[in-house]
This record gives sequence, C-alpha cells and structure tokens, in this order.
Amino acid sequence: MTDEKAFFQMTNINKSYPMGDEQAHILKNICLSLRRGEYLSVLGPSGSGKSTLMNIIGCLDTASSGEYILQGRRISDLTDGELANLRSQEIGFVFQNSQLLPRLNALKNVELPLIYAGVSPGERKRRATEILCRVGLSDRLHHYPNQLSGGQQQRVAIARALVGNPSILLADEPTGALDQKTGRQVMALFEELNQEGRTIIMITHDMNIAAYAHRVVHIIDGELTEGGDAAHD
Amino acid sequence: MIKGLRKPIIMLWECIRMSFANIMSNRIRSFLTVLGILIGVMAVIALITTVSGFSGTLSSSFQSMGAGTLSVSVSGSDLKEGMTTADLDELTLMNEIDGITPNVSLNTRVSRGGSYESAVSISGKNSYYFLRNKDVVSRGRQLNIVDEENSSFVCLINQDMVDAFFFGVDPIGQQILIDGVPFLVVGLISEEGDGSIASLMSGSADILIPYTTGMKMNNTNTVTSFTVYLSEGTDSEGASSAIEEKMDIMFSYEEDCFTITTMSSIEETMESMLSMVSTLLAGIASIALLVGGIGIMNMMLTTVTERTMEIGLKKAVGAVSWQIQMQFLIESFLLSLIGGLLGVVLGLALSFLLCQVMEMTFVISSGAIFLGVGFSAAVGIIFGWAPARKASKLNPIDALRAM
Repeated sequence: MTDEKAFFQMTNINKSYPMGDEQAHILKNICLSLRRGEYLSVLGPSGSGKSTLMNIIGCLDTASSGEYILQGRRISDLTDGELANLRSQEIGFVFQNSQLLPRLNALKNVELPLIYAGVSPGERKRRATEILCRVGLSDRLHHYPNQLSGGQQQRVAIARALVGNPSILLADEPTGALDQKTGRQVMALFEELNQEGRTIIMITHDMNIAAYAHRVVHIIDGELTEGGDAAHD
Repeated sequence: MIKGLRKPIIMLWECIRMSFANIMSNRIRSFLTVLGILIGVMAVIALITTVSGFSGTLSSSFQSMGAGTLSVSVSGSDLKEGMTTADLDELTLMNEIDGITPNVSLNTRVSRGGSYESAVSISGKNSYYFLRNKDVVSRGRQLNIVDEENSSFVCLINQDMVDAFFFGVDPIGQQILIDGVPFLVVGLISEEGDGSIASLMSGSADILIPYTTGMKMNNTNTVTSFTVYLSEGTDSEGASSAIEEKMDIMFSYEEDCFTITTMSSIEETMESMLSMVSTLLAGIASIALLVGGIGIMNMMLTTVTERTMEIGLKKAVGAVSWQIQMQFLIESFLLSLIGGLLGVVLGLALSFLLCQVMEMTFVISSGAIFLGVGFSAAVGIIFGWAPARKASKLNPIDALRAM
C-alpha cells in the first residue's frame, strides 16, 4: 500500500508508448521511494528508459499506470495547470546542456521560474542574486550565456533549478557536456547542496558520476534494481 | 482580490517585456515582417484621409456654388415638348420662386472674317440671369429686358472667343457671325463663370445671347432647361416638390416629362460615388494587410520552431500552456501593432503631402487612425493565434528533447 503522506513514493509505475501497431513497454513496475535529504542516482545505458523515468519524476509526463506520490500529492489526480504549479514549486531541473535562454543574462535566466510563480520583480532579483552568489557566480550576474564557460553555464542552470527552493533537484546528465575537471566541480557543488539538506536525483549513464551519489539504482530495459548504497553510509 | 490579480499582472507584464525584447533582438527580421502591415495600413490611411479631404473640399465648393437654386430639365411629352414663356411666367409667380433663368443652348459654327470655330457652345439667358450673376460680365454691358423682348442679335463672348477672333482688336462694338447671322458683341464674359448647377454639369458657354433669340435660332418656342432661383429662406426640398406639383399640371400628369435637380441631390450622388470609390480602394489596400498578416504568421511559425527549447524549458520551470500562448500572441500582437502605428504615421504624412499638392483641406480622420491601428492589432491576434496555439501545445518532453 502507498503512504498518502509520503515525500516521494512510486508504486508499480508502468509506461508504454504506441509504436506502430505495438505498445512499447518502456517502464515496467517501477517501485521507488525516497526520504527527504537523500542523494540518489539512477544509472542506466541509453535506451534503458531513464529519460522517461526522469520525465515522470519531474511531472513532465504521466505514467500509464501505477501510483506516484510527491509531497503527499497523487500526481495522476492533478490537472495540467496543477502539474505546472507543482513543477515550479517542487522540482528543480538541471539539464545536460544547461539550456539557458541566450537572450537573457545570468540573473534573468535564474529569475525565469520565479516569473511563472508570480514573484514580484524586486523579490525575484534579490533571490536570484542570492542563489547565484551561492553557486559562486557573484561576479557573473550580468553576463550572457555566450560569455560564460561551460561550467559557469551549468552553475547558472543549477542556480535556476534552486531558486524556487524545490524539494527535489532533478539532474539529467549534469556533467554530460563538461570536461572532467569542471564535472568534478559540479559534483562537488551537488555534494555541498546535499549536505545542506537538499534531495537530489541524478540521472546518468556514467558509473563514475553515479558513484558521487549516496544511493544508486540501476535501470535496465525499463526495470529498476536497487544497486545498494554507494560509498557512504 | 488584489492579491489574486497580482500574479496575472506580473505575468502579463513579463510577457510584454519578453516579447518586446525578442522583437528588438531581431530588428531586421522584425522590420521586414511588419513591412507588409506597415504598407497596408499606410495605404488605407492615405486613401481614406485623401478621399475625405477631397470630399470635404468638394462639398464646401458645392455649398458656395448652388445654394438656393434648382435646376430643371424638361424632356417633354408628345403633346408638349417644353416650357413656353407663359409657363415660366406662371412658375415665377410662385411664392417659393424669386426668378427663373431659361437655358437655351445651341452648338453651332461661329465665324468672323476668314476665321471660324465650329461647334461653339452658345447659351441663351434672360435679364434676370444677369441680375443674379453680376460678376458674369467683366466688361461692356449685360443683356437686358429690351434685348430679350426684341430678340436682338447681341451677344457676350468669353476670352476663348476673343482669342479666336479679335486678335489686337477691341471686340466690343464688333460683329461676329453665329450660324451665319451677324451678332453685335456688347460685352465680355468673365473667366469665373456663373457657378450654376447647369454650368457645373455641362461646362460654361462661350457665348451668351438673349434666350428669345436662342429660341428663334433653334426654331422652337419652348424652353427645355432652366434654373430656378428660390426666394430667401425657402427650403429647396419643399420648393422642389411644389414646382413638381405645378409642372405636373402643366404636363397633364404624364410621367417622366421633367427632372428637378437640387444641389443636395447632386452632392449626395457625388458623396455616395466617392464613398464607393474609397471603399473599393480601401478594400484593395486591405489585401496588403492580409498579405502582411500572412507574413507575420509565417514569421511566428518560424519563431515557434526556433524556440522549441525555450518553450520546453519554460514549461519545465512551471509555465502553463496559456502563458506560453499568451507570450507568443502578445509578440505577434506587438509586432503588428508597431507596424500599424508606423503605417498610421507614414500614411498621415503621405496624405498630408497629397493634400498639399492637390490643394485640398487636410483633415486627420480619427476613424481612419482607429481603423488602421485596430485592423493591424486584429491581424496580429488572428494570424498570431495559430502559431501561439502550436507553441502552447508543444509537449515539454519533446520540446526539451529537441535540444
């Protein structure tokens, strides 16, 4: 049975897409639960269904069957508008290519989620500045994405993910486009953020990166297996 | 209440700001896109303003021209081909009528010495005509009641005739031959003309003679066209129907024997013609607006495709479909509004120049401005709708995967 008050609980999540005449079964009976403050990585090769899983975790997509509870709310019951609201409040996305809007400077990029949350301009600026300083970019507030290095861009993206103070930081291959050194810096930042008590879910195909997390689950052909706690604990 | 409104207002303001930034970041493309709207609105505004300036000029000159006159033209019946002098005298006795000027016209050959002119327009008038149009004679004397009663062979000639027959000679006191009959030139017609409805419709005559003489030369004893001068303070519509009643009796109630034209009826005809022309022209110009709208739609569709990543990202960070739709709709709305405003400014400038060149009164028509701006805004919304809808329907996952 599912716990209605759970922070994060997935029970028997299935996802299938119509593919030609057949149904492609992408996710099979996924069960996953998370405590507040955990640092989880989902490790799987490409085509394993990890992107689909990430979309469902991030409330961008809904499951075909099964139950997903986030912050005590049953996701399948929510309307599109409520899902958008939930995304802006509970989930912070970090994508592989930082995905900054090229016409906005770092500050404006970080302010973006707050605009959709209806925060006033002054408050937006204050919070965006604060979070950019937190990720070490206090001297890059007014730079445009093309004036920033790859690592700096990814920091801006992380700042954007954090600015709404979400319960979960959801990262999809956060180091995929970075060199090793910058990748390690980003991982160090994740570690710090986790130390501060933030819940992080990181999706990757890279075992070395997955090892930074405190708990690793493997996904292969749409099936999830617990990989045991890595390194720590 | 205020708290509930705050979020949408912030959203709307951000949409406008982002749209404006997007338009400005692609200045050349934006300008080329709005060019269609700009030209369309400019054409509509220039046409409407110029035509309304033209009709304003026309109606003011109409009013100065034929106030207080009616023009009657008689086609007659089998029994009675026109108005006799006695009929005209009877009409003149009506309270509504101050006086009547018959209009007997001839078109014939005029000669003097070795030179001649064929088909000269000659008009027969009475003495009352000169009483009412004192400015018609620039030099010499008017045609008077004696000329009229005697059907004398005297005439007034205009400058064209002077140029044709009297080079270096004072025409007054000289003779010319009208249809072979010698006439004594007693005066000159001024360039201004009389400004009557009749002269407006058929042009001014080159030579004026007593109308009785004209009738004699036409071998008739009836008048088929005359101008009625109404008494002071008489309503032209009322007078028109009173005259119609009287003339119906004269023509024994046969139908279609005569038509009475008032100045206002001419003006109405002119105005409806003008408004038809301007509607037609504006219709043609609005094709440019349509083409411009399609241009905007095309650009917006391209933009949506280009900004798939942006749309996906915004959805991921919490934007709802209608917010995305609103942003793109505002963008196309702003785009065509800018085009429309530029079009209004250029259109007014163009019509101002046209009015200056054509010596017409330049009137800024607020209706035209309203139409131009409103039309372009509507074009923006209508043609922006489909691309905005497309953007808002983008699945965030697909949109993000396109990165």
